[in-house]
Order: sequence, then structure tokens, then C-alpha cells
Amino acid sequence: MAQKVLAVAAIRNGTVIDHIPAGQALKIVHLFHWECHQKLVTLGLNLPSRILSFKDIIKIEDLVLSANEANQVAILAPKATVNIIQDFEVISKFQVSIPASIASIISCPNPKCISNHEEMISSFKVKSHQNHVSLECKYCRRIFLYDSLDKKRIL
Amino acid sequence: MPNSFKKRDIIAIGDFAKEELLHVLEHTRQIKKMAPGKLLEGCILGSCFFEPSTRTRLSFEAAMHRLGGSVIGFSDGQWTSAKKGESLWDSMKMLEHYADVIVLRHPLEGSAQRAAEAVEIPVINAGDGSNQHPTQTFLDLFTILECQGSLDNLSIAMAGDLKNGRTVHSLAQALTFFNPRLYLVSPTILEMPKEICDELREKRIKFSFHKSLEEIMDKIDILYMTRIQEERFSHKFEYEQVKNAFILKTDQLQSVKKNLKILHPLPRVNEIAGEVDQSPHAYYFQQAQNGLFARQALLGLVLGKLT
Repeated sequence: MAQKVLAVAAIRNGTVIDHIPAGQALKIVHLFHWECHQKLVTLGLNLPSRILSFKDIIKIEDLVLSANEANQVAILAPKATVNIIQDFEVISKFQVSIPASIASIISCPNPKCISNHEEMISSFKVKSHQNHVSLECKYCRRIFLYDSLDKKRIL
Repeated sequence: MPNSFKKRDIIAIGDFAKEELLHVLEHTRQIKKMAPGKLLEGCILGSCFFEPSTRTRLSFEAAMHRLGGSVIGFSDGQWTSAKKGESLWDSMKMLEHYADVIVLRHPLEGSAQRAAEAVEIPVINAGDGSNQHPTQTFLDLFTILECQGSLDNLSIAMAGDLKNGRTVHSLAQALTFFNPRLYLVSPTILEMPKEICDELREKRIKFSFHKSLEEIMDKIDILYMTRIQEERFSHKFEYEQVKNAFILKTDQLQSVKKNLKILHPLPRVNEIAGEVDQSPHAYYFQQAQNGLFARQALLGLVLGKLT
């Protein structure tokens, strides 16, 4: 049987986030400040994917991401899967799910919202409906549809 | 009810359960009957008005003084350190050491929530942009209860600027506990926002849209008039098009229900003609007076002096 060639080198211990839509990996790295992670962080960008056509992948050495933390990326990468690696083996695997709230990821689209005028962390309640996701700003309480959000609002 | 109000922030009317609303209204009734003169003795209110206000600021300050408390603060953000670039967070952190409760009006939406996160003392939202103005809703509910004897199953018309008017948004939300029939009267460009209408639908509240007062005058128990707010328009010509959309005159009160009362959060410009003031249906000045009692009740509750 032909051996599968990995486009991004395997890690011994840590976390792999797979099935990230192409273009989102750098935002996720920035969101979690992994650019400052003291251990190895490898990225694969624009890899071919059966599900997404093109995908990004992130591998972080010596870091175990909890489900709660991982769910924060669900807005950016709703189909992402998280693999926890130990001694090169996958010891657990889960798909991210939309969390009840998100912080930092999106700036409020309401220009009159205080969160756009002070140095502070934005925060939204997230509601998953049948066909869409809505976000309610914790501060100005405006409700937005995620799909109608200007993607420049994603930090 | 245990005092769930002690040290509680009053940010948005939607944060309160029906029982809590009724609890505040009952305290408002008792205070209106006989205000306990020394209730807030030794307490200091930090009155922070970054935006101009007449009724809300004066009624909060009068509420505090009449209950034996004292007031520090400002009535214009131009004279504060905000003008020098100080953040709201820092201003509130500083004030926390001088006052026991903060009343905040600020032009930015969500500012009261932000202030509440900065301090341990209770924060009362006195209006954050076009977002929330919960104490107005408490006094509106109290006034409706007072003049109708009940809050349940009333026919209520809201007229004027339903898009930008925060008082009608909050009142519509609060009324959902009491099964009202709502008539929403406004020009098309000033209709009630979709998210409020969605909430009404979700809670199975019957409501309809109208373009003139005549369509609904004989059906209603309460007419809640609002001002077309020039300051909320980005273009003057848009304001000019709608500024005289509704002007209530006495001849429109000929065939109304006997118990109809006309409310208005004030200030009015020209939407209620002066002649209406003499009508037995006019109730907006009593409504303004009730602002004092509702704010006294809220101050007493959040400062832990009422249970």
C-alpha cells in the first residue's frame, strides 16, 4: 500500500486543527497568540481538501486544546476537527461546535457601540438557528447575522 | 422576594423577569403614597451625564435629595476628563471611590454595560445612545398601571419615531409579559426595528403597522406618543420629510375610549398640540412626575435600603 505523504510534518505531542477553511489559519494563530508559543507551530495553507476544496491546517507542539477553547474557532472554521496527539498517535478527536458566546474574534459592526471606541474585548452571545448563526453584542445588544457580517470585522 | 436588587446594575429592561418588574412597580406605588424621607441618608449618587438631559438627570438628582442622599457629578461630558481622552472605564474606576451608586448617560451604545464591568457599585443606565433607557420603562409601566388599574390585555398604540426611539423599544419588550394588543403608528422609514418585531412574534404578541392615528384612535387604552428625533437623522432632508407626520389635536379625541390616556416620554416638539394638555386624556405630566418615584424605588432597591 502506498504510504500517505504528509504535506505538513507530524508532531510528537500536541494539537492538530484540521479542515480550516483556506485563509483562516493565520487569523486563528493570531487569535490564540500562537505566534508567541515557545514550541513548534507549523501551518499548512491552501492544501487540497475533499470537503472544502482547499483547507488550512495548524499543528501546535506541546499544547492540548480544550473543547471550550477549540469551539471559539467554530465561527472561523465551522467544520474544523481537533486531534490531540500523543507520541505521534491521535488519542482523541472531536469536531468543533458553535459556542454559546465568543470573545475577541469579531468586532461589533455597530459603529456607535462602545466596544469600537475603547480598548476592550468584544463579546457576543451566539445563537445557532436552522439555517444561520446570529450574534448578539454583549454591549450594544444589537443582533447580527453572521453571514451578513462584513468579514473585515473578523479580527 | 429576596432582595435580588441589592448592588444590581440596571442596564436593560430585558434583564428583568415579570416578577421583578412588578416588585419595582409595587415599591414605586408605596413611595408615591409616602416617601420615607431619610431612606438614602449618607448615600452618594454619582450623576454622570456625558450627554444633555433635563428630565432624567433632574429626576434622579431630586429622587436622591428627597430621600436624604446627596449627589456629585456633571451634566455635560465636555467638562470632564473624557474630553482629554480618558476612557469611560477609567472615569468609572475613579468615581467608584467617591459614590455609592452611579447613574450614567452616555452617547455610545453599551456604555452602561461597560461601566458596570468597571466597578463594584451598582450602575443605573440613564440612556446609552439609542440603545436602552430602562428607568423610563419602569416609570412608563408604573404610569400605565396607575391610570388603567392593570397592565394586562391593554390596547396600546405607539406613535412617532419607532425606529430610533429607545423608549418604545424597551416598553414593547416589557409589555410582552402582559399580553397587549400593539398598534405601531409611524412613517415607513421610522418603523419599529425588525429585531423587536421578531421578538413580539416569538412571544405571540398581536401587533399591526399603521400610517395614521385616525385608523386606531377608537380602539386604544393608551396612546404612547414619541418625538421625531432630529438628532438621530444623518441627513436633514430625511428629518424634514417626516417631522410633522403626526400631530395630535383635540379634535382627534372625539370618539376615543373613555379610559384612553395619552403618554409621552417628553420632551415634545409639536407632536402633541398644547390644547391637548387640558384634555382629561392627557397624562404625560403625571408620567413625568412618576419618574421621580420610579427612580426613588430603584435607588432604594439597588442600594439595599428597600427589600
